[in-house]
Amino acid sequence: MKDVQRPRCARKTPFDSFAFKKPYGRSLASGTALAGALGLLLIPNAAQAAWEPTKSVEFVVPAGTGGGADQMARMIQGIIQKNNLMGQPIVVINKSGGAGAEGFLDVKSSNRNPHKIIITLSNLFTTPLATGVPFSWKDMTPVAMLALDNFVLWVNSEAPQKSPKEFVEAAKEGGANRFKMGGTGSKQEDQIITAAIEQSAGVTFTYVPYKGGGDVAAQLVGNHINASVNNPIEAVSQWRAGALRPLCVFDKERIPLKEPVADGKSWNSIPTCKESGLDVEYTMLRGIFMGPGVTPDQVAYYVDLFKKVRETEEWKDFMAKGAFNVSFKTGDDFKTWLTAAETQHKTLMDKAGFTKQ
Amino acid sequence: MPEREGNLEALGSLIQGFGVLADPMNIAYMFIGITLGVLIGVLPGLGGANGVAILLPLTFSMSPTSAIIMLSCIYWGALFGGAITSVLFNIPGEPWSVATTFDGHPMAQKGHAGEALTAAFTSSFFGAFVAVLLITFLAPVIAGFALRFGPAEFFAVQLLTFCSFVGMGSESPFKVLCAMMLGFALAAVGLDSVTGELRMTFGSVELLRGFDFLIAVIGLFGIGEILLTMEEGLAFKGKSAKINAKVVWETWKSLPRYWMTAIRGSIVGCWMGITPGGATPASFMSYGLAKRFSKNRQNFGNGEMEGVVAPETAAHAAGTSALLPMLTLGIPGSPTAAVLLGGLLIWGLQPGPLLFVEQKEFVWGLIASMYLGNIAGLIVVLTTVPVFASILRIPFSIIAPVIVVICAVGAYTVHNAFLDIVMMLVFGVVGYVFKKLSYPLAPLVLALVLGDMAESSFRQAMLVSQGDLAIFWSNPLVGSIVTLALVMLFWPVFSALLRKRQSRQDGGTQVIPVK
Repeated sequence: MKDVQRPRCARKTPFDSFAFKKPYGRSLASGTALAGALGLLLIPNAAQAAWEPTKSVEFVVPAGTGGGADQMARMIQGIIQKNNLMGQPIVVINKSGGAGAEGFLDVKSSNRNPHKIIITLSNLFTTPLATGVPFSWKDMTPVAMLALDNFVLWVNSEAPQKSPKEFVEAAKEGGANRFKMGGTGSKQEDQIITAAIEQSAGVTFTYVPYKGGGDVAAQLVGNHINASVNNPIEAVSQWRAGALRPLCVFDKERIPLKEPVADGKSWNSIPTCKESGLDVEYTMLRGIFMGPGVTPDQVAYYVDLFKKVRETEEWKDFMAKGAFNVSFKTGDDFKTWLTAAETQHKTLMDKAGFTKQ
Repeated sequence: MPEREGNLEALGSLIQGFGVLADPMNIAYMFIGITLGVLIGVLPGLGGANGVAILLPLTFSMSPTSAIIMLSCIYWGALFGGAITSVLFNIPGEPWSVATTFDGHPMAQKGHAGEALTAAFTSSFFGAFVAVLLITFLAPVIAGFALRFGPAEFFAVQLLTFCSFVGMGSESPFKVLCAMMLGFALAAVGLDSVTGELRMTFGSVELLRGFDFLIAVIGLFGIGEILLTMEEGLAFKGKSAKINAKVVWETWKSLPRYWMTAIRGSIVGCWMGITPGGATPASFMSYGLAKRFSKNRQNFGNGEMEGVVAPETAAHAAGTSALLPMLTLGIPGSPTAAVLLGGLLIWGLQPGPLLFVEQKEFVWGLIASMYLGNIAGLIVVLTTVPVFASILRIPFSIIAPVIVVICAVGAYTVHNAFLDIVMMLVFGVVGYVFKKLSYPLAPLVLALVLGDMAESSFRQAMLVSQGDLAIFWSNPLVGSIVTLALVMLFWPVFSALLRKRQSRQDGGTQVIPVK
């Protein structure tokens, strides 16, 4: 915590330079007071452009400690502290109750509070649909899309299937519900992808929900399940150790990372599911939201902050290790994306019968 | 032969690991970590997982090896520190020290707080040491073992924990059942992890979180105890505790007697840490087993030192060995391990089978720090035994409000929610009423901590087997654990039958003394 009390960084804003001169203005005679008054007139504009947190910022994680969202939030916290990107401390708080509903409801009810931000995972869309707890992204203020988390179809390397096509055929031959698909949580991203595969390929799996992605990968290595849709970062070490085999990635395009990861293969050599005949597309939002009623300059402050975070080496390294899709969106772009994603989730969940009636 | 070479290699790597530790900064981080950890352990609610998570971003600019040494030392410290308030005030500082209260606190009430603390710390150290030895020499073999655990195996282990704990108390079986069912009911509130739907939340936002085990424990034990003490005359029993350095030595002399309990506790702990079942179930299981097989089983619950040794060795062994599946497989064996796992990824290390090959300096530095960290921890806590024991000399009217405040802060920290403080007070009253009506608290707590896990494992197993119970006997591993669990459950019936038959053969009226 020692770094956070330092004076605000040497960023030059009109407001800062004025604030610096303010004491002089006060101590000087009336001649310069005029200049001071002129300056005061300028303050509203200047201040708006340069809103900054005036107390510590709460960074809500609508998931438990140790998960993907939590890791990312703490990574961001570390980057901000290390690079001194913010004059106030940022504190990560986990509110995981009710599949994240607790965290989202907290932010939803924090009207006009610029000192609270939340990081999302897919439960932004899935939890209200599955549990009926009333909230939506429209109840909050979208700030920025930080990245999209990829999903990959994995099988045990002892399994004979080498492509999504072979996998689907094997699942069909095995008979309904014979193939077990493991995933994190219930009626969340992993099960939605599973349902999408079922709908697209005309197979049925038995979906087994586990607590975390690491558990799922280990269960697949131990042959307790037949396949998983783990995020790259959760399964990469098992791939490198030769225990798991990736079949396809659920993004629109191949992952652009061409550095060899395992066995001479790179993330880029994994085909997309669509190009290999399995018409399913899915990525998970890692985005930042604020409560309702915040002002545009407050949003602008955080957009700027996260732009700086994205430029750090640590962040780039983290993105590469986890094979993230590094799209960055703000403003209307981001809202358009959110609207589309919400529709996608609603359609998939309705079809699969996951929506609470 | 290859195994011996493996061992030699392990020894060589370990020596290199100690070389990493020789850096004075790393030693400093170690002591900082231990001290912080003990404090975190003492404060109920602020668990190791929270403590490590809060400090994680601060380690961002350190080297990964220094960072993990400091954070894992916080974890060791918390494992040690959890016992302190359990013994002194009947308030478990950490979930895994709940079982320590059963005999640790009665010991303190009898004036043996120093002995209880020494026994707790020493057995913690013993458990950790066994686990570290195991990690050093058998890591690859054991990592493979963890992979054999699917949902059915997990349920079998949880069933074994229940069965080894239940059905042996002196309370009426119906009261035990009652308390346990209440625990299950409370554990069911919140999100149903298998269907993804909400249960028993009645539209309340506050109930979304469910009932947290920690808050229940702080209320039931801590606040309940304060209420009882208030009724009994506003003073702590055990004021006359002997407080000097000799206590440590005297206790050490009596500890070797419990070698069997300590070894059993370590085995249970290592097994539960690796599979991964967790430190809390391990401590309950070890306590249950000790009570069942001890010669002094009548005295359990009234301040039997064996009842402190058993859960502490198991908890610390489990806590330590939980790092193994985290490092080699990327599955966290405990909540704290889950946070450390996140840390590894943040520092750019990829936990998994290749970590031992690619990041030798890191892994062996960590393992070496486990040896030194635990020795440092033992020194830190043992030297402070007299200090902690003397807290009991502070007048009740001063210390009680302080405890209530600490409990409230602890309850708040778990989820940053005010309602949890109210919940804690309600649990306090429940705890008081339970004690007055002589309902046992332990089954309620056990059901609350294990209920959730057991339910999801059972339902996962049922999903996998399409509803066929035969999955619990589908392979030798799961079959033997389940059978063992059932034998444990019905042991009192078996032994009663055996005794009856024996006495009939003896032709008579001979009464077999229990002790």
